[in-house]
Amino acid sequence: MIEVQNLSITFNPGTPNERRALKDISLRLENGEFACIIGSNGAGKSTLLGSIAGDVPLSGGRIMVSNTDVTKLPAEQRATYIARVFQDPLLGSCGDLSIAENLALASARGRRRTFRRALNRHYIETVKGRISELGLGLEDNLSQPMGSLSGGQRQALSLVMATLSPSSVLLLDEHTAALDPRNAEFVLDLTKRFAERYGLTVLMVTHSMRQALDMGTRTIMLHEGNIIFDASGSHRKDLTIEDLLAQFRRVRNEDISEDRLLVG
Amino acid sequence: MSLFAFIGGIEAGLIYAFVALAVYLSFRILDFPDLTVDGSFPLGAAVTATLISISGWNPWLATLMGMFAGSLGGLATAYFSVRWGILHLLASILTMTALYSINIRVMQGAATMGLLNDETILTPFIHLANSAGLPEMYTRPIVLAAFVIAAFVILSWFLNSELGLSMRATGANIRMSRAQGINTSRQVIIGMMISNALVGLGGSIYAQANGSADASLGTGTIVVGLAAVIISETLIPSRKIWVRLLACIVGAIVYRMVIQLAMDVDFLGFKASDLNLVTALIVLIALVVPKLKKKVFA
Repeated sequence: MIEVQNLSITFNPGTPNERRALKDISLRLENGEFACIIGSNGAGKSTLLGSIAGDVPLSGGRIMVSNTDVTKLPAEQRATYIARVFQDPLLGSCGDLSIAENLALASARGRRRTFRRALNRHYIETVKGRISELGLGLEDNLSQPMGSLSGGQRQALSLVMATLSPSSVLLLDEHTAALDPRNAEFVLDLTKRFAERYGLTVLMVTHSMRQALDMGTRTIMLHEGNIIFDASGSHRKDLTIEDLLAQFRRVRNEDISEDRLLVG
Repeated sequence: MSLFAFIGGIEAGLIYAFVALAVYLSFRILDFPDLTVDGSFPLGAAVTATLISISGWNPWLATLMGMFAGSLGGLATAYFSVRWGILHLLASILTMTALYSINIRVMQGAATMGLLNDETILTPFIHLANSAGLPEMYTRPIVLAAFVIAAFVILSWFLNSELGLSMRATGANIRMSRAQGINTSRQVIIGMMISNALVGLGGSIYAQANGSADASLGTGTIVVGLAAVIISETLIPSRKIWVRLLACIVGAIVYRMVIQLAMDVDFLGFKASDLNLVTALIVLIALVVPKLKKKVFA
């Protein structure tokens, strides 16, 4: 569950560079809901994700995750409830550490880390199954450094890492944007599968209208720091990209050309 | 090189192995270039020497206090950097500068503190070996090696634990570490404390092995540590933590041997005062050689 109440974020308040990135936004995602966020550049998509994860300080409002008020918690404490996959494949894992070590780091998310050996045999056997289901053949090269893998492999492993510990909320910040179409498709499939299997509550930022309609259960459109469109259920089923664009024009009452929004 | 000089080189190398392990931890694991060591090395020496010779403390306790004092130096630097956002290099220079004065205060206003006739942690081993007929010249490096191995085993075990892994992640990718629930500030503070405790231990043992502590002892400690780490990476490339740590120890010994050799060989014409020049040259060579190798084999 994610609940955002009257969230406002203003960058550089009181200066000539003041920018209101999010304007009094409220949003609630029930357990198991999978929402795609779409919007043009500067709409506040990544800011919204960053504020929920604890990277961006709030100017006002309240954030609840899994029935816990996390508004005042630093990012590392929110990690108990929230798993994340970043846009940049290099950002979500440690290139200097091995595959097994990265997975060990992720599996300890949300619990106390101890003096126990990080890579014990029992642990390796447990994660091997999770990695072999990717079908990338990485399960036999667990001591390979993460830095030697391709972007698609790293994002796929980042998804595995995000689902190793029992947190139920997953934040995806354009996690396929840096991949070629084939790898993007692969990682999206994986995302769907994991979200269903683990009953995750997912908030996914995307630049692609296609993804925003095809993935998950809900589509939310942001524009200049406001939620201008929010569709789910049967209403969402029949939506087309053309409908989204029309929605956009109508609500904002301005002519937005298709190329300002990347149509995927 | 005479046998005496050779053994002396090994002994000095073993003492600086503590510094090498410490610099590996700060510089490579935490990605924190830490000049505090120039202050925490003589701090460990000063605290131990003063506690033994003035306060009459048990040498083991005095050594422990030397380590503890060193860790406080690391704590100060890490705190300035993490809490107040002072650039890590600058934060460590501030602590190092302050420690110079503090070290003289620790030694009650004197620039040196002798403990030639006092009981040290080495004394019992030397007595024991003497009664078994082993000359002191050999006993000391053996005992020092045992201490270094102990530090190696503990550090190796720690860095492979869950906590150690989160420290390694902190230095490698701080944003990802936070997203994995790691309190990165705490990791930097703990890591810097461990690192400078090791340096303090090195200083403490240095004072006990050489019979005195000196306020100017610390100059260039960081360069020695860096030299050892870089030589270790050139000589023994591996990604395994235990190999890396062992290589740092080897690096420290090799470095001292090279220094010894350079200063010993007459036709090179180096004087004792050229030590720092030779040091800088060796570090430079160790830095350039891997790049040359790449160029030649590319």
